[in-house]
Amino acid sequence: MEAYALLIAATLNAGTVLAIAALGLLINEKAGVVNLGAEGMMLCAAIAGFATVVHTGNVWLGFLAGMGAGAFLAALFGGLVIWLGTNQYATGLALTLFGTGFSAFAGIKYVQEKLPEQTQYSIPFLGDIPLVGQALFRHHPMVYITIALMLGLIWFLYRTRAGLVLRSVGESPESAHALGYPVRRIRLWAVMAGGALCGLSGAYLATIYTPLWVEGMVSGKGWIALALTTFATWRPARVLLGAYLFGGFTLLQLHLQGAGVEIPSQFLSMMPYIVTIVVLVLISRNSAFIRINMPASLGKPFST
Amino acid sequence: MTDFQKRTLLKVAAMTTIAAAALVGCGKKEEAKPAAAAPAAPVAAAPAKAEPLKVAFAYVGPVGDGGWTFAHDNARKAVEKEFGDKIVTSFVEKVPESADAERVFRDLAGQGNKLIFGTTFGYMEPMLKVAADTKGVSFEHATGYKQADNLRTYDSRTYEGAYMAGVIAGKMTKTNTLGVVGSIPIPEVIRNINSFTLGAQSSNPKIKTKVVWVNEWFNPGKETEAATTLINGGADVLMQNTDSSAVLQTAEKLGKRAFGWDSDMTAYGPKAHLGSAVINWAPYYIKATGEALAGTWKGGTGAWWGVKEGAIDMVSVAADVPAETKAKLDEVKAGLKAGTFAIWKGPIMSNDGKEVLAKDAVADDKFMGGINFYVKGVEGKVPGGDKK
Repeated sequence: MEAYALLIAATLNAGTVLAIAALGLLINEKAGVVNLGAEGMMLCAAIAGFATVVHTGNVWLGFLAGMGAGAFLAALFGGLVIWLGTNQYATGLALTLFGTGFSAFAGIKYVQEKLPEQTQYSIPFLGDIPLVGQALFRHHPMVYITIALMLGLIWFLYRTRAGLVLRSVGESPESAHALGYPVRRIRLWAVMAGGALCGLSGAYLATIYTPLWVEGMVSGKGWIALALTTFATWRPARVLLGAYLFGGFTLLQLHLQGAGVEIPSQFLSMMPYIVTIVVLVLISRNSAFIRINMPASLGKPFST
Repeated sequence: MTDFQKRTLLKVAAMTTIAAAALVGCGKKEEAKPAAAAPAAPVAAAPAKAEPLKVAFAYVGPVGDGGWTFAHDNARKAVEKEFGDKIVTSFVEKVPESADAERVFRDLAGQGNKLIFGTTFGYMEPMLKVAADTKGVSFEHATGYKQADNLRTYDSRTYEGAYMAGVIAGKMTKTNTLGVVGSIPIPEVIRNINSFTLGAQSSNPKIKTKVVWVNEWFNPGKETEAATTLINGGADVLMQNTDSSAVLQTAEKLGKRAFGWDSDMTAYGPKAHLGSAVINWAPYYIKATGEALAGTWKGGTGAWWGVKEGAIDMVSVAADVPAETKAKLDEVKAGLKAGTFAIWKGPIMSNDGKEVLAKDAVADDKFMGGINFYVKGVEGKVPGGDKK
């Protein structure tokens, strides 16, 4: 039993890294901008966050630095694709290439650095419940903040005026423009918000989840987050579910190996991808639903 | 200039900047002493000085991985130190084990490098192809088994380090459960897992070893998750055959013990660190470069160096490891050096109960190269190990 409690606990942790980044990317995609630079932003934010924690010893400052780094890179990206009308896919790929190289360069000095010991968190009373407490209530605050973020995002996108404007910019920028909304500025804010959350995810990864810095340490999580937004048909709750599914199955396959189950590990390594895709495709199999949720002008530049 | 032209120009400028930045990011780094690197301008020729020998290295990971590639790069620096301005070294890092590798090797040969090291198994076919086309260049391939007139292979007996780690692990475990994070199930890695287990059994016959494969050489996130899984499953001493320090750091975070692999990793987890099984490539690299300089370099052979040649060692053993265990380590090292001690000496049983090595039989290198079973004490089954 305890093993399963630990498995659930680890799943929430693993899913959180993906969920923060994917929820961020959801914001800018809802505004009609695809940012393939997620991996690059996460790497730069990871080293920014890591370096900040090394120097200040404060993890929250590290998160802030990571968000700053992510938002800054996203702003560069936004300036290029929104005002200069460069191709979003090419520019995003360039950002990933740049981020990978730059973070490696900036991080040379930090490769052997060690972070201060992590605080152990536990919610009073709830954390003391056997098994359940261990599985659900002894996590880093970011795990709960991510769930709150998902709920907040649903409220913002579907219950507020600002959310409606953001979505309208992603659906039909021409109409939004005709109504007098500053389409470009709104898109830039959305892109920066997305970058900040990718940055937060990168910083969380480098300072809490895998507390170390090495080149290329994000190793593809940015791409998985990007894919999650699409497979979850741009719905925040499904993004979170997808992230937990992916994280859970990654861990489950390792767990099965450790338990000596005789399935080839190469097959097990494939499982998280397959299960996540199958589940999300099943729940999104209604094509009208996809059409409704997919921002109509996704990836298209807006020009007046 | 019309507005349209201006915009197009700006666009082109912006894309160029990004492209340039990206190129700088993944470009090739040349490291050499300025004096040796910048040839004098072709004016009146100064008294002819022997052209330095150009030596190049292709690495699979980043130099900053703190493990496998880091160890190779340390050896490159040692070569530079040894031969001074008689040679110029350069390296390309993060060369993927794909068709790209062939392009990189062709490129390195084209740039006038006379001795080229490729430091991962996956470069075998690309190096073989390029070696066949560029006869004047000497190639050295790490961990491979195919050779040619101008291509030879070298490897280190990492399993000796794994065995010594096992000796310590068997003594230090409280749960009698050890964990190994495996990379890719090839004979080398399986041999290390087995040797680690044999070492542990020599100091504690009750131990069992759990293995989790991540099917990658370098993915700190996944290595962390694998280590966490092993610890959750009851393992309290971990070893890894992957390229980053994530496993050691996970052990540090969760209050368990672990080893450094390939390079000394004490700094990554001072409390968890029990010792580092290091590879020292320097003696071999210095020998090979010396031969190339003297013109005595010959291809077609393979070298497999271990403790005996100074290529493998167990360093920075933790202070709380009992003195008797440390003495035993010294004994093992001395035995390996003198050739009086063999790790793979029968009787050795596989974990499905077959005798793989009869009593007093000593495994030869051919046997060692084809290990695709777990020894008794390792749990589970080798992935894909059924096919012979």
